[in-house]
Amino acid sequence: MKASAVPPPSSVEPGAGHQPRSRADLFWSFTWLALQGFGGVLAVVQRELVEKKRWLTREAFLEEWAVAQIMPGPNVLNLSMVLGSRYFGLSGALAAMAGLLTLPLLIVLALAVLYGSVADTPTAQGALRGMGGVSAGLILATGLKLAPALRSNPMGLSVSAALALACFVAVGLLHLPLAWALLGVGGCGCLWAAQRLRGLSAARDSARKAP
Amino acid sequence: MNAIVMHGDDWLALFGHFAGLSLLGVGGAITTTPEMHRYLVQQQHWLSQAQFGTSISLAQAAPGPNILFVALMGWQIGVNAAGGLGAGPQAWWLALLGMGLAMAGSLLPSCILNYLATRWAHRNRELLAVRAFKTGMAPIVVGLLLAIGWLLSAAHDQPARDWPLWALTAATTLLVWKTRLHLLWIMAAGALLGVLGLV
Repeated sequence: MKASAVPPPSSVEPGAGHQPRSRADLFWSFTWLALQGFGGVLAVVQRELVEKKRWLTREAFLEEWAVAQIMPGPNVLNLSMVLGSRYFGLSGALAAMAGLLTLPLLIVLALAVLYGSVADTPTAQGALRGMGGVSAGLILATGLKLAPALRSNPMGLSVSAALALACFVAVGLLHLPLAWALLGVGGCGCLWAAQRLRGLSAARDSARKAP
Repeated sequence: MNAIVMHGDDWLALFGHFAGLSLLGVGGAITTTPEMHRYLVQQQHWLSQAQFGTSISLAQAAPGPNILFVALMGWQIGVNAAGGLGAGPQAWWLALLGMGLAMAGSLLPSCILNYLATRWAHRNRELLAVRAFKTGMAPIVVGLLLAIGWLLSAAHDQPARDWPLWALTAATTLLVWKTRLHLLWIMAAGALLGVLGLV
């Protein structure tokens, strides 16, 4: 990871003239985005917000997504709040969030009620069993897709892989409560990262001072 | 059907459970499902194993953010508390109550934190603490995702019966990882294989 000392302030500004016109625009844009997002939203979010609407530059999108990803809560929801609040403050954040949730919530409830009335039929149970198998695969694949990003982690690949493995063992195999894994393994990760980043910037400073 | 009895403090505990997990859901609420499973299914018996899995599968299959599985869990707990949707209007109200409590619990803390923290972190993005947090948590997100996929598969633990399902999960993992095939097709194929009784 390259950390420039002074990030260009323009990196978070959208392209000129491309921004949500109103809170209603935010609401419907995120509704439309959510309705396209089956399983994985990242691809849809990038295509809609960066390529079609150009509310964010590609660089700004990457930066915002990293934060949204790492904050607790659904990442696309976090991103919608960040975007909404930037243009319209709190009410913009709420409008974007409502857009993302309202219609999909009604759809999934309708599905659940429909499913409830056919839940005991072997057809419905079979379909759900199959889809459950696919869901597990989707999540595994998302983890595998993100894994290469650890190569550019300042802690180095081996430390990152060890932390990921420790987390997998703690939650997946030992069935430890999640808080322990996050505080224990995650806390170690943050401390180690702080150590490394401090070392890196010290090394950069001394290299700069050297003639 | 899985009829249960919910008292006032149980509803409060339901809200509290989701609110407590809200801030731990780094990488999405899906990463807290192991804890939800331990509490809702194993400890309180508010949801059956099948209902728990169904909530996640339905929300994954439907469009929209995956967080909606929380709404479905709350909904289902409400339905269980009423003794089934057949119980009339009361069942719908309890289902809505359960859904509202579950969603409010899991959204309020994380959304408030996110709103305040992203504004703060944006202003202080060069701070060591901000960068150390992003850097140190990245491997944890990857490890958690793999653990969840593993747990969802391991819930089906009879090799003789479940090996086709494991094969489907493995095939999905490979397809999503290595190709750009639309997820909808894979989901449909999984449903079809299930209907035909092949997995």
